[in-house]
Amino acid sequence: MKVSRFWAWATFIVGAAYFFIPLIATLEFSLRMRRGEYSFDAYRVVLGDIRFQETFGYSVIIACFTIVLGVVLVVPTAYWIRLRMPHLRPVVEFITLLPLIIPAIVIVFGYIRMYGSNSPIPFLGSTRGTDVLLIIGYATLALPYMYRAVDTGLRTIDVRTLTEAAQVHGAGWTTIIARIILPNVLIAVLSGAFLTFAIVIGEFTMASLLNRPAFGPYLQNIGANRAYEPAALAVIAFAITWGCMSVIQVLSRFAPKSANNPN
Amino acid sequence: MSETFLSIQGVRKAFGQTTVVTDFNLDVDRGEFISFLGPSGCGKTTMLRMVAGFEEPSAGRIMIGGKDVTNLKPNQRNIGMVFQAYALFPNLTVAQNVAFGLKVAGMPKAEADARVAEMLAIIKLPDFGERYPYQLSGGQQQRVALARALAPKPKLLLLDEPLSALDAKVRVSLREEIRSIQKKLGITTIFVTHDQEEALSMSDRIVVMYDGRAEQVGSPFEIYNRPSTKFVANFVGTLNVLDGVVSNPATATVRVNDREITLKKGALNGAKAGDTLSLALRPEAIVLGKQAGRDSTLGGKISDVSFLGSVIRVRVGVGKNAVSLDTFNSPTSPPPVVGEETEISFSAGDVLVLH
Ligand SMILES: Nc1ncnc2c1ncn2[C@@H]1O[C@H](COP(=O)(O)OP(=O)(O)O)[C@@H](O)[C@H]1O
Ligand SMILES: [Mg+2]
Repeated sequence: MKVSRFWAWATFIVGAAYFFIPLIATLEFSLRMRRGEYSFDAYRVVLGDIRFQETFGYSVIIACFTIVLGVVLVVPTAYWIRLRMPHLRPVVEFITLLPLIIPAIVIVFGYIRMYGSNSPIPFLGSTRGTDVLLIIGYATLALPYMYRAVDTGLRTIDVRTLTEAAQVHGAGWTTIIARIILPNVLIAVLSGAFLTFAIVIGEFTMASLLNRPAFGPYLQNIGANRAYEPAALAVIAFAITWGCMSVIQVLSRFAPKSANNPN
Repeated sequence: MSETFLSIQGVRKAFGQTTVVTDFNLDVDRGEFISFLGPSGCGKTTMLRMVAGFEEPSAGRIMIGGKDVTNLKPNQRNIGMVFQAYALFPNLTVAQNVAFGLKVAGMPKAEADARVAEMLAIIKLPDFGERYPYQLSGGQQQRVALARALAPKPKLLLLDEPLSALDAKVRVSLREEIRSIQKKLGITTIFVTHDQEEALSMSDRIVVMYDGRAEQVGSPFEIYNRPSTKFVANFVGTLNVLDGVVSNPATATVRVNDREITLKKGALNGAKAGDTLSLALRPEAIVLGKQAGRDSTLGGKISDVSFLGSVIRVRVGVGKNAVSLDTFNSPTSPPPVVGEETEISFSAGDVLVLH
């Protein structure tokens, strides 16, 4: 008993050290831009950099569109699979996992070959088109997380009976999804959304190869050319991701309670 | 009150190779309360879902108010439905749940609010509008589900085992409440249940279902006292079955154990001398000892006596068979004793010949 307690703590401490020491070291380093004293100079430089503001703003906008696309794609799909084609669930689950298996660089080369300016669908012929393609690519990358989040949310409600109850009261598909299904999986959708946000903000490969001014390539560029600013940026990026995760935690407390417990 | 409102004509339903409902015919009058009664898996829910429009019949048609609805979607049928699992929308308050159908139909808010208040009063939960479903008991949730179903003033109300998830006490009180609301609103209702007591106590007519077919359609009185098939007789109520051998078909005389019983004319239904028949008697058709007006008697031996309060249930062995009967508990006369030789009597007209 005591021994296992000791090992549990030992493992925890080693794990925590592995996680926190680099973080603390990075934080400490990022504060040392001014010689001989701690200061937020590195942060001031980073946040004041116009390219930081531009690339970060760009990535936030792309992330928002990605989330919208992901929700519009995943919620009705996951809902329909649960409602009408439960036997296809393993197949769909596998398909949504593919982006984890296929490297982003493969996907992006595929895009470049498929959607070049003299292809039938020339996404890459214009800047807007490339943005759209980037959003589609990000939605694909976020698919495993979005699908799983939404599917888990759907599991907590009796999709079929609720759908039938809505139908018999005259509701059509749009009403059912917008008023019954989406609100009941909203928390799950939001956690999927924040995961998507975290992924898009830090993504490098796709943005770089499609040559878009996103935050990921900017991070990489700064990291290769400066000393203190990359550390500050790493801390900022970490704070954003961590913030997203805490929001998911907080939100999950507000998930609608299931009422189908006869008593 | 004899205008047909719902008409189910020759409906059949198969899922792949398995036929789940066959040759189902039923005319329901406006305002009538009909129960589908049968064991689990006999196709009650499937038949109800075809009326609601969730399943499409493989053959036959369904008419509501003289209109063929066989191919209409559920949201075009103007039906109210209550599910076994309540199926309240967890993200909406009680009032929003009740208002759901009204809002979908585009009713102005003020009017809808008034209607919701009216419905909450009918189900006796006037102050529960702001609560969420998870804050209600099962019985309350089911009443809200009823209010939600009735709010848009549907022409037809369908209930699929609405009481079976509730505990016994709530079940009985809600049963009476549903029936009284149904009567007050005069809404045509189909109530699915596997509980014979529910069906017998609530219905104008009962459809006893077995293996996808309507075995018998009739009032609770008819179903109970004149079951037309062996299945119905066995499924509804307690039944005592005695083996008898036809001794004289011309006079409808049957030998049971060591005595002869003369049945109603025509009861034998063409059976020949020497044929073995199953004769059935309800417990309440039998009395212990001889009684004026009960022309048939059989000898037996008391095998069990259980005291149930106001009544005493007695089992009497008659040859290889045993019959149950109830006698009233009378404080002045001693109860029957196990092992005692006795006679039971009944009138031949109460004997059901099971085919
Ligand atoms: N969608 C379906 N696909 C295949 N078989 C079904 C389906 N729905 C019901 N059944 C079968 O039909 C039979 C009748 O079911 P149901 O109507 O639910 O019976 P009940 O409500 O009387 O218990 C059952 O054997 C059930 O397994
Ligand atoms: Mg059923």
